[in-house]
Amino acid sequence: MNTVNPTVTSEADMPEEMIAPVQEEKPAETIIEEGTTVGRPFSADPKFKLRNVEVFYGEDRAIKNISLDIGRNEVIAFIGPSGCGKSTFLRCLNRMNDSIDICRVKGQLTIDDYDIYDSKRDVVELRARVGMVFQKPNPFPKSIYDNVAYGPRIHGLANRKSDLDEIVENSLRKAGLWDEVKDRLDAIATGMSGGQQQRLCIARAIAVSPEVILMDEPCSALDPIATAKVEELIAEMSKSYTIVIVTHSMQQAARVSNRTAYFHLGHLVEVNETNKVFTSPEHELTESYITGRFG
Amino acid sequence: MPTKKDDVYGDHISHKFNDELMELKTEFLKMGGMVEAQVENAIQALVDGDGHLADEIRANDKKVDRMEVEIDEEATLIIARRQPTARDLRLVISVIKMVADLERVGDEAKKIAKLAIKLQEEGQAPRGYVEVRHIGTHVLSMLHDALDAFARLDSEQALRIMKEDKRVDEEYQAAARTLLTFMMEDTRNISRCMSVMWVLRALERVGDHACNIAENVIFMVKGEDVRHTPVEEAEKVVGR
Repeated sequence: MNTVNPTVTSEADMPEEMIAPVQEEKPAETIIEEGTTVGRPFSADPKFKLRNVEVFYGEDRAIKNISLDIGRNEVIAFIGPSGCGKSTFLRCLNRMNDSIDICRVKGQLTIDDYDIYDSKRDVVELRARVGMVFQKPNPFPKSIYDNVAYGPRIHGLANRKSDLDEIVENSLRKAGLWDEVKDRLDAIATGMSGGQQQRLCIARAIAVSPEVILMDEPCSALDPIATAKVEELIAEMSKSYTIVIVTHSMQQAARVSNRTAYFHLGHLVEVNETNKVFTSPEHELTESYITGRFG
Repeated sequence: MPTKKDDVYGDHISHKFNDELMELKTEFLKMGGMVEAQVENAIQALVDGDGHLADEIRANDKKVDRMEVEIDEEATLIIARRQPTARDLRLVISVIKMVADLERVGDEAKKIAKLAIKLQEEGQAPRGYVEVRHIGTHVLSMLHDALDAFARLDSEQALRIMKEDKRVDEEYQAAARTLLTFMMEDTRNISRCMSVMWVLRALERVGDHACNIAENVIFMVKGEDVRHTPVEEAEKVVGR
């Protein structure tokens, strides 16, 4: 809360009393020093630079002074117990929290040095650059083709039908779905299996040529085989995209990510190379969580 | 936040997981105790020329081998069931490695027992027993301390064992030179002195295995691999 720049908020005219620090009384607070993260929270080539980020739901401070870089073409996993703020923090990256009335975001959040919370910023354009895949596959009740073509159409990415066909095919190929659906592109998307639906959502996200893909527990509703396919896809996509994944599966974080960030009660406790986090984490709380001592 | 050293493996949400890790630790220490006794008895059998004791050691080695297989199996099952991470993972991986060391110590004890029988059959106490006793006591205390360091997760004690190993090597070199002098004095001594030399060699290896166990204890506690690094490096790791 110390060095927050109050100029960058989702609501410019924030009442003064709301900026005042909220006193925490939970015991874990004694172990975490607010605003300090152990390990390597910063990156030499950051895509996102996030400084002193705080998120409020009304009076409640859900994210407490977090500073983090997300590197270009990096896969970073956010882990932590339920309610630790990892999804809230993820949703700041493409302003998904804007739709929640009582939610306010403070701090400096930039993508390629461009202010995410600039009031003049076109949120639709931002979300095309920073795509998102949700926990539950949410295809539109339309055909497979139309699901993927929807984004490129509204963003005017294709002038001719043949261009659109190409985008749809490429996106479905990248999502590893083309061979399974190429003969039934007109079939309704909601009739596919859960795993296919999730990969369709990924195809839909990449159809608008994003730079970043945010994934909020993308595999929690999928069976192990569908999960393996999505993880395979993440590895493939990491060559061209920056990927931020929130996951409850620690094994998944260990398998797919380069760095892992551990959140606890709204604090960012530790960020380190994933290999380090899962063999010898620096912070006692990280250790306790990943070894199944609480969570 | 549980931070007490004695229950670092005992505070998981899953009590069954606690039990499994505890069991692994206990079994490892049991095997350690067994192997320690094997070495102690082997030295005794040699010095006393006790053939019965030597036979017993050879029979007991099968039990040691069986324990190695059982502990490995238990560790494999923990990995399969629990996918341990961080300190739990380091415990399981270290136990798998240290069990191999213990088994090799058991083999060295068996080797000494065999030589004890051979020397007893040849009769006439050969030279070099003083050295055997001396080095034997030294490596036994190292082995004991290594197991103790494991039980108490004491990386500083583990470091002391790593330092001791150098001294054992020096003692072994000195003892070898003494035996060489005996052999040069009278060529009839050669066969017996060579047997004693093998015993010393086996004891020196026991010291090496104790040192390996100590290195694994440092890995378990500090999360850094100090194998094949100078003692000074290990000292820095332990000091952190």
